[in-house]
Amino acid sequence: MDVVGALQTGLQSAFGTQAAVYALLAIGLNVHYGYTGLLNFGQAGFFLVGAYGVGISIATWGLSIWAAVFMGLVASVALALLLGAPTLRLRSDYFAITTIAVAEVLRLVANSAPAGPVTGGPLGLQFSSPFYAVNPFDVGLNLGFISYPVNTTWAMLVTWSLVVLATLAVALLMSSPWGRVIRSIREDEEAARSLGKNVFAYKMQSLVLGGVIGGTGGIMWAIVGNTVNANTFRPQATFFAYAILILGGAASRIGPIVGSMLFWFVLATGQSVVRQAGSAGYLPGGLAGPTALILTGLGLMLLVVYRPQGVFGNTRELSLDG
Amino acid sequence: MAEVRHPAAQALSDVPAEPGAPKPDPILVADGVSRRFGGLQAVDVDHLEIQRGVITGLIGPNGAGKTTLFNLLTGFDQPDGGSWSFNDRSLSGVAAHKVARRGMVRTFQLTKALSRLTVIDNMKLGATKQRGERIGPALIKVLWGAQEREIEERADELLDRFKLLDKRADYAGELSGGQRKLLEMARALMVEPELVMLDEPMAGVNPALVQSLLGHVTSLRDEGMSVIFVEHDMDVVMNISDWVVVLAEGRVIAEGPPAAIMKNRAVIDAYLGSEHDDEEAR
Amino acid sequence: MGSNDHLVGPRRMSSIQRSSRTARAVRHPETPIDEEYRELRLRRRRPALTALVSLILALVAAAVAGPAVAEQDGAPAKGSSTLVLAQDEDEGVDADDVDEQEPEPGLLFGTLREAGDGIGGVELSVVDDDGQVVGTTVSDDSGQWEFEVEAGDYVVTVEGLPEGIALRDDDGASREVSVSSGGRTAVPFQLGEATAVSGRAVLFAQQILSGLRIGLILAMTAVGLSLIFGTTGLINFAHGELVVFGAIVTWMLNAAGPQLHLLIAGTLGVIASGLLGLAIDRGIFRPLRRRGVGLFQLLVVTIGLGLLMRNVLLIWFGGEPRQYADYIGQQRLTLGPFGLTPRVLIVMVASTAILIGVATLLRTSRMGKAMRAVADNRDLAESSGIDVERVVSIVWVSGAALAGLGGIFYGVTLTVEYFSGFQLLLLMFAGVILGGLGTAYGAMLGSLMVGLITELSVVWFPDELKYAWGLGVLVLVLLVRPQGLLGRRERIG
Repeated sequence: MDVVGALQTGLQSAFGTQAAVYALLAIGLNVHYGYTGLLNFGQAGFFLVGAYGVGISIATWGLSIWAAVFMGLVASVALALLLGAPTLRLRSDYFAITTIAVAEVLRLVANSAPAGPVTGGPLGLQFSSPFYAVNPFDVGLNLGFISYPVNTTWAMLVTWSLVVLATLAVALLMSSPWGRVIRSIREDEEAARSLGKNVFAYKMQSLVLGGVIGGTGGIMWAIVGNTVNANTFRPQATFFAYAILILGGAASRIGPIVGSMLFWFVLATGQSVVRQAGSAGYLPGGLAGPTALILTGLGLMLLVVYRPQGVFGNTRELSLDG
Repeated sequence: MAEVRHPAAQALSDVPAEPGAPKPDPILVADGVSRRFGGLQAVDVDHLEIQRGVITGLIGPNGAGKTTLFNLLTGFDQPDGGSWSFNDRSLSGVAAHKVARRGMVRTFQLTKALSRLTVIDNMKLGATKQRGERIGPALIKVLWGAQEREIEERADELLDRFKLLDKRADYAGELSGGQRKLLEMARALMVEPELVMLDEPMAGVNPALVQSLLGHVTSLRDEGMSVIFVEHDMDVVMNISDWVVVLAEGRVIAEGPPAAIMKNRAVIDAYLGSEHDDEEAR
Repeated sequence: MGSNDHLVGPRRMSSIQRSSRTARAVRHPETPIDEEYRELRLRRRRPALTALVSLILALVAAAVAGPAVAEQDGAPAKGSSTLVLAQDEDEGVDADDVDEQEPEPGLLFGTLREAGDGIGGVELSVVDDDGQVVGTTVSDDSGQWEFEVEAGDYVVTVEGLPEGIALRDDDGASREVSVSSGGRTAVPFQLGEATAVSGRAVLFAQQILSGLRIGLILAMTAVGLSLIFGTTGLINFAHGELVVFGAIVTWMLNAAGPQLHLLIAGTLGVIASGLLGLAIDRGIFRPLRRRGVGLFQLLVVTIGLGLLMRNVLLIWFGGEPRQYADYIGQQRLTLGPFGLTPRVLIVMVASTAILIGVATLLRTSRMGKAMRAVADNRDLAESSGIDVERVVSIVWVSGAALAGLGGIFYGVTLTVEYFSGFQLLLLMFAGVILGGLGTAYGAMLGSLMVGLITELSVVWFPDELKYAWGLGVLVLVLLVRPQGLLGRRERIG
């Protein structure tokens, strides 16, 4: 068995664009779930509208890449308003149900043949953008143990920069009086209300902020891959983001970054091992994908119960009942 | 006990001790407020006026509708009918957060300390009109830093007064039950209210702390605030209230100065009846 | 790859060829998972696994998968022959590897059905965009056909039909389709009896029937969801997996392994579902309730549990839709404008009877009253001497058993499929919220209405979007009357 190869695959994945995009999804989710206490089970929906915002703008409408990015952001804001308006005044379970349902409806519609002229239907959209034309690098990143092609290096630089930017913005906001209100809503929204805070407005702002950050993940996904396909946005994208968030520690600043790297490292290494075992005949073939999802599910259950503060979270804070 | 009456309470000396009695300077007036839960008439208040600048005790047996009335008046629950006004401005249908901003702040029976916020953050949250609470300016600290320091100073003064200053960096969830009650009261004062509505501030508090809490309640009045507080321990109410309103089965059955209430037949029936039932139930 | 020529020709399903094809699948950002997904969906179930071992494994692992979706719900009036599985058409370019990909062969496929039964012996031709005939193929006994082609645009035409079968309308004989590199494209054809009275009225009547059928099944599964919520405050996001678990256990006992008759296998399947419900309550949620774990964490636990169960079922059952061994190939009965097979009729009658039974038990039996009391006010019920934990256990057992039975009924009328539970779950949510979260009768009423709405939307709107309509109802209800039809406003805030 090629253990070194598996570790290489894992590391490659941990720093790749996919981990960066999922870090963005998790940062957005952290704003919702970690700081505000909004149980958003439809982060895949923001991922989707960001990506399709770009894809449709470029492939279907022939807009420029900047206009496409703008459309992706507008779509994320619009989705947040649409989701929040009917549900944010209701109990949190209604919000959870609505988010998961709306995200799945968006995917079904994007994937359907009647939507084909706009979304490409089941075939998705393929397009080209000037993103790689402005790649300043001549050679790819080579770290010895792992290396990346030249275009991937550029994509990684841009995506991880956005991750850092989003992390800083969220950190800044959460240490401000605005963040104090947001955290108080997580603790007890009636108390916040009794102190004169317009809880609905703050929840909506949080939903939009986290949605836009998640949508940015989708925007980068589309730009980096030059393609959009509805199957990327299955509910499991949301569940991965939750696993990442809880792994890194909800309401921790760099939790989503650490969590995403750790998650993709473990997932890719594990899958590589299972796949090797498959081709060597130790295990039946085709197990790697489902196994990863089973472990994600199990990990979610165990972490959220036994270590909700994540691997690096604040134990003192989380020992208090929330 | 009625001898050492507070000056502001003197204004009540001519008010008749009967349900719905008009007050010389009411801060809060309620008319026909009612709320049903299924088949149960939880609140049905014909007319009630609360005098400014005094401590009004709201008493009544369990299930009399005290907390429900609080919830209705502060916008935390919607009534089936009725209207009420605060400082002569209607509050019917006004959202809870706006009620607080107008100067009418409540606390909760089950203390709502924000566990995973520090004590000082709990306090600072109470301040209103914070520039840094808007999402745009929040990103730029120079816009709100000075105001934040002022708020922190005010918070520290209050914490000192409530003997919580040495806990300021602790998480609120680490405080004892009584300390949480104190924190909640201090936090309500950060809103700079005219009327403070305390829902059972003494419930579940260590007896040693009760006297100190009572002291804080009377000092609110001495600073010119109006106070309504819910309590079902009669002795506590009689000691510090300037006026007492008695609720039973959702209705105001009596009101008057503490001494008059003690002798009121309807009150004794309602209370003894209920305590009698309580004992039977045990 | 893609090698020599553009024509690889018609093929019957062969697991060897299939896996050789999927092994060359294009890499994708989500590669590690999606690729394996596809591989597994296409893989034949491993014969070595006995049903018994699987059952024990699944019980231990608490696995469940989601039920089938409406796409292949062979709504007879439409005589739809489609099989559009979004999960299959998954291809794209690796985000980390934006360089050129070599072309892969694509696949055209479809299932030809009439009144829910596969039609074999249908001849089809495939013509490329230069007008060249690429080849022909014939559907097998289950109505399935597939044809491997290079990426490009093609026209697929029905050339010959067996006796007594007709295309639903004349212009339906050809389909223009495009296939991407390594992609799978479903090609739908509408078969139906050649009748004079087709049209919207017939379709309407038929969709009412479909709506009732799916609504009744949804109602059965949603009662448990609603009662579990009512008694414990927990929204079980793994409930769809309970539905599929029952269907799959039954399939394992019926169409594989011991090959028991469907009635016996189904009974065992319902029992297994009930036991799984008990195991989940006792093994997971009761201990967590005792630990005082918060509601948010519990909801994340149910999400994790659903993901886990769905994929255990995927490994166990495989990714393809399957049918039970009994009551297939039935002749369709015609009652006025309605046409349906006897098995669908029996399922509808049985689900109606079961729902009435459940409603009656809830109203009259001691345990039913206790359940409603706990759902109404847990503390009050506890102080009135009701053993709340026992009631909760029984709610889990009976809710899971009803879910499993619903899954079996779904499998009998349509197909058994690991993924369908998740989609049914979303419809159940729409149903329970429409009816009033936490109320048992509301769950039944709301589910029936959601079933009707989704199926009736097909009369005017594209079939593929019918779930969107069902879930649109959910959002509308939350805007207009969030407590639902039978709920109370105190519960929502």
